Amino acid sequence: MTGTALELAAAVRAGDRSAVDVVEEYLAVVAAREPELHACNLVTGDSARAAAAALDAAVARGEDPGPLAGVPIVLKDNLCTRGVPTTCSSRILEGWCPPYTATVVERVVAAGAIPIAKTNLDEFAMGSSTENSAFGPTRNPRDPSRVPGGSSGGSAAAVAAGYAPLGLGSDTGGSIRQPAALCGVVGVKPTYGLVSRFGLVAFASSLDQIGPFAATVADAALLLDVIAGHDAADSTSISGVRERVLPVIDGGVDGLRVGIVEELTDAEGIQPEVVAAVETASRALEQAGATVDRVSIPSAVYGLSAYYLIAPAEASSNLARYDGVRYGLRVDGEDVATMNARTRGSGFGPEVKRRIMLGTYALSAGYYDAYYGQAQRVRTLIIRDFARAYEHFDVLLSPTSPTVAFELGAKTTDPLAMYLSDICTIPSNLAGHPAMSVPYGTGEGGLPIGVQVLAPALGEPVMFRTARVLERSVA
Amino acid sequence: MAQLIRANVEHVARLARLALDDDEIEQFTRDLGVILDHAQQVAGLDTRDVAPTAHPLPLVNVLRPDEPHRSLDRDEVLAMAPDVQDGRFRVPRILDAP
Repeated sequence: MTGTALELAAAVRAGDRSAVDVVEEYLAVVAAREPELHACNLVTGDSARAAAAALDAAVARGEDPGPLAGVPIVLKDNLCTRGVPTTCSSRILEGWCPPYTATVVERVVAAGAIPIAKTNLDEFAMGSSTENSAFGPTRNPRDPSRVPGGSSGGSAAAVAAGYAPLGLGSDTGGSIRQPAALCGVVGVKPTYGLVSRFGLVAFASSLDQIGPFAATVADAALLLDVIAGHDAADSTSISGVRERVLPVIDGGVDGLRVGIVEELTDAEGIQPEVVAAVETASRALEQAGATVDRVSIPSAVYGLSAYYLIAPAEASSNLARYDGVRYGLRVDGEDVATMNARTRGSGFGPEVKRRIMLGTYALSAGYYDAYYGQAQRVRTLIIRDFARAYEHFDVLLSPTSPTVAFELGAKTTDPLAMYLSDICTIPSNLAGHPAMSVPYGTGEGGLPIGVQVLAPALGEPVMFRTARVLERSVA
Repeated sequence: MAQLIRANVEHVARLARLALDDDEIEQFTRDLGVILDHAQQVAGLDTRDVAPTAHPLPLVNVLRPDEPHRSLDRDEVLAMAPDVQDGRFRVPRILDAP
């Protein structure tokens, strides 16, 4: 481990450390741990070394290489990288090289970061354990018999194992925060629209958001400030001036009103150690000058059901593009419909098929209003309940994941049990609000627990201030 | 409503253009039944006066200036296609044979 992203970038910019040395150090960690963990679909060592050498040359010429100068970063393998395979951990995209690069990747590279790997995920980001990858599961660096969470389990495990100080993931129902909690790192789902999704392979477009992984709250803020901002290539990205987060993270929580979400903390199936961590976190915030009370978000209990109608419905539409015509796998058939069906039947794994089936059913004639339409109305109820809560509170607290990391195979035969992993994270996606997971102590088996900080839309500054106080109180 | 039978699942698989084998159809008949049972929680809620939310941002008609710009390079795109002929994507026949 060679320091935080902030420290590394400062040292590289000052010429005190060479980016080449930094990259070599991290690649050595990858080489040592990757055979056991399988966090990566592809390690891009050669291009990382070349980028580092170019960056060192720029520093030598007196140029400013940017706020992430020489900092290694891992990219979830559903972020398009031109000329570099992007698989979504699916057979249907195996070997595909995108003809363009995701905006977030362009932004981190322009800021001086060095991508060193494309990381493993649940196929098309559908899952909570990274066991749905067509290329085999990732293991949790804290205990390799356990899952790293998912779907961004590869990025979470890579940052936790010290492959890189920074990682990017995507979060549709908890896919950044839940693996961050299970691996003991910081994971952030920004406000919907804050970060461009151009070049993110779409799963559920009204919910998907890209966000940072980091070992520290400050590093996560640093990365968020680089990737946030309007992008003409993504019409859902928010335009206008926004407040940078890093300069304000030390603002503290004095006078802040903090609410513990009852429905997400008292729910059945949440481990006692996890509930205790939320209580301890709330007391730490109180000691730092915040007032803490309990708050009810009554509709939150319907979040999971609504999510598992909305997300599969949108996925069934988004994944229609994998048809064997323009890219990816093709399995031949005598006519185009047979070719489409065989390609999809053979290229998609079981969970992706399950969700396409569920979504197609929920959108089909006669069921649309009862399922998809109703789920959208529940979404409105959740947004209203949050709005009511934020009349009295500045930020909310809950567990990130109901449990610490579970054993590989523990939930693979029971889809609903796996879906319950996201019960605390889903409401923020449905509302479009930011939320982040901060490591907060350990539970069963000495495994990390994450506490979730939730904030209203564009409430990242107050969310990060709260997370920063929590981080300091646990250290 | 969630009483799923095999024929429903076969129908949905055709709509979704998914070739499934017998085991998969049986498996999904069971799985979807369980998940849809859970979904009854929301299907049964009274939401008469609640408008649906399709999208969390109040966005309406996001427009950009109508200016020409470079699109993707055709050769680069076609190089990733499973089958190509004369600069186009090639697929098996679409209509019935004459």
